[in-house]
Amino acid sequence: MSLMKRISLIFRSKANKALDRAEDPRETLDYSYQRQIEMLSKVRRGVADVATSRKRVELQVNQLEQQSQKLHDQAQKALSMGREDLAREALTRKSGLSGQISDLQAQQAQLQGEEEKLTLASQRLQAKVEAFRTKKETIKATYTAAEAQTRINEAFSGISEEMGDVGLAVQRAEDKTAQMQARAGAIDELISSGALEDVSAIGQGDDIARELDAMSKDSDVEAELAALKSGSSQPQSSLEAGEGAPASAVQEERQKEGGQA
Amino acid sequence: MIVRILGEGQWDVAEEHLTELNRLDAEVEKAIESSDEVAFANGLAALLNSVRTEGARLPDDTLHDSDLILPPADASIEEVRHMLDDEGLIPG
Repeated sequence: MSLMKRISLIFRSKANKALDRAEDPRETLDYSYQRQIEMLSKVRRGVADVATSRKRVELQVNQLEQQSQKLHDQAQKALSMGREDLAREALTRKSGLSGQISDLQAQQAQLQGEEEKLTLASQRLQAKVEAFRTKKETIKATYTAAEAQTRINEAFSGISEEMGDVGLAVQRAEDKTAQMQARAGAIDELISSGALEDVSAIGQGDDIARELDAMSKDSDVEAELAALKSGSSQPQSSLEAGEGAPASAVQEERQKEGGQA
Repeated sequence: MIVRILGEGQWDVAEEHLTELNRLDAEVEKAIESSDEVAFANGLAALLNSVRTEGARLPDDTLHDSDLILPPADASIEEVRHMLDDEGLIPG
């Protein structure tokens, strides 16, 4: 038998089981309606749960992206100070974070998808529950117990298939969210333990940051010193310039020219 | 003929498309039997697409059971096997 036929038979047998519980068919209308309302609130809770998980992952992505940006800035700073080794180290750590970030972004997209699916499922169920409520009142007002049976069966089978569908959607979303929550928990622990923070938090415990800080302090001192010198004794600084690097550069140029000639 | 795609809704599909649906359905079944995830995903996508394009979408407030029910678009072989088990995925 075809796959689609088999699935529909399974749904129908579940629906029939639910219907067998009925004694006075009209009373069961209210009972069923109650169950529909419960299912509706279950799917809405499901939407809220998935949204919470999605927001948590979003937050983690933001935190890791900030850290990644810090490492990028550190690499740039290190390069501008001529420390390629430090820049390389910062970029290596950054690339470690990128893997985690893209993994989390994939999770975020998946959770977003589940959230949208459940939202639509809850809208569909809401429309069917409304239709059922109207039908229920009509049946109760118009028909005797015996007459009502056929009408009730029709209404029941339509709504219980939807209930099965929505129940399945909620269950699938819960399963997927549970898997991701375990991983999100691990990342949260990593973030709160400071293992990721240390890598990039400037000035606390991070070796790259410490070295860059020390270097920039040194160069700040040099710059101030140079400024002081130029302010107090102009001749000395121009003398330094004349005897310093430029002179040897000129010499090098001469040597090169000599070699080429 | 009313066809439900789980997680999406119901479509009214004309009887004349049943042959084509059955052909696509058989391919999905074959993929399940041989545990071929790629063939399964492609086959299921083709089957669902055929329902979506050939069928007319039923309004959400229709209270009608379906003649045929199809797995959700992102289902895995494993999930469909579970669904076909007696105490499977579908909540009672």
